[in-house]
Amino acid sequence: MRAFSYERVSDPAQAAARAAEVPGAKFIAGGTNLLDLMKHEIEIPQHLIDVTGTGLNDITPTSGGGLRVGAMVRNSGLAADPRIRRDYGVLSRALVSGASGQLRNKATTGGNLLQRTRCPYFYDTAMPCNKRAPGAGCAALGDGATSRQLGIIGTSDRCIATHPSDMAVALRVLDADIETVMPSGKTRRLTLDEFYRLPGDTPEVENALEPGEMITAVVLPAPVEGRHAYYKVRDRASYAFALVSVALIKTPDGSGRVALGGVAPKPWRREEADAALPKGATALMERLLNGARPTQENAFKLTLAERTLAALLAQE
Amino acid sequence: MNPPSSVQRRDDTLRSGAESSSVSFVVNGARHDVELDNRTTLLDALRERLKLTGTKKGCDHGQCGACTVSVNGERINACLTLAVMHDGDDILTIEGRAAADQLDPMQQAFIDHDAFQCGYCTPGQICSASAVLEEMQAGFPSHVTNDLTAPIEITDAEIRERMSGNLCRCGAYSNILKAITQVAKERA
Repeated sequence: MRAFSYERVSDPAQAAARAAEVPGAKFIAGGTNLLDLMKHEIEIPQHLIDVTGTGLNDITPTSGGGLRVGAMVRNSGLAADPRIRRDYGVLSRALVSGASGQLRNKATTGGNLLQRTRCPYFYDTAMPCNKRAPGAGCAALGDGATSRQLGIIGTSDRCIATHPSDMAVALRVLDADIETVMPSGKTRRLTLDEFYRLPGDTPEVENALEPGEMITAVVLPAPVEGRHAYYKVRDRASYAFALVSVALIKTPDGSGRVALGGVAPKPWRREEADAALPKGATALMERLLNGARPTQENAFKLTLAERTLAALLAQE
Repeated sequence: MNPPSSVQRRDDTLRSGAESSSVSFVVNGARHDVELDNRTTLLDALRERLKLTGTKKGCDHGQCGACTVSVNGERINACLTLAVMHDGDDILTIEGRAAADQLDPMQQAFIDHDAFQCGYCTPGQICSASAVLEEMQAGFPSHVTNDLTAPIEITDAEIRERMSGNLCRCGAYSNILKAITQVAKERA
């Protein structure tokens, strides 16, 4: 790990201002992904701004009947909150399907959204990676590459990495928004879809945050009535990233929403595909995964996504 | 929210020249004030500075759980957190679990059930297992919990799932499960 300076801040706007002002600065909260990447020297911050003391630790009701989740609320606390368990089951389910108990006790809501891909070529500093070293090339697209875990849709010729978060997939199906504060002190609100960027020619740009901008909260709209489910398919029963995951909210009238994890550089949902839910898994996936460009190794994810949704629908 | 204290802190950081920081925390009831390179993980601070080598370094990347300790009553991976971020925290390691000659119930249960072979993962297993019981009691759901709103049932599946962040290369899992189940039932 390279040396860095460290400071604690007590106010989100101050954190953002400092991050914009100090060269090579990064925020640290739970640190479970950032420290791992720093040990690999994939992330090399010169300065860390500890934002755990910024007072964003609460889950509070909004005027719209939803909940505002502070960016420092830990994954374990969010999953266990009685309001989340009762009214946002898909979120609780997604959270507890990710990582381990120890990691969920540290990982924060804001940090979870900002975690980096687990593409093996991003982690292997001996291999080219456009996300880690823009312009270097993509080893995952090379001959004989192992791409089984990687993306099938929304990817580009520069990068086929997936976003690893389970939480974000649930937030996408819930139509959650993200609140931020800029270095100027100005705040803004983004939908999750606006927040995440597809790789295109710049896979190193993963989200819409501007330099120094800090996530302060996730806003959940009023609860959506119906069945909430999260089905994660992975290579072992626990503590593994998704090959495919399906977040489902099925409303009493038979309509609903579906988002996928493990297949794309962002939580993958298309509102026009949701409209096909009453017709079943095949019809929905035809729309949701239209335009997919899998590799030979991960084309199985197309079938797996459809069957995973079919399995969820058959559980009724 | 509190400009004077924030400014003070910022000055402190600039004055300290940046690459090391002082931190105070309580470990197993004893207060420690140390000056540390900012890069020092909590795990390395415990092992190398405080010479509390009961907490083990396995993978050093949060994958094996050998470094599990309790911070302010919650289990975490000591390898994935910076020591300087624990100013004011209350830390409990395996060394702090026994009272004089009296092992804590989880330590005794691991012995009773022969829940280890080489023993390297054991401190982490015990710290994690103790926290698992508290998390279940507090109603934290897990991936295998059927009803998110009901009290958590003590089942093999629940314990196995909640312990998935602790690997045992010797494969003592079945006896680890027995040890944890015994303590869970004694408490219930």
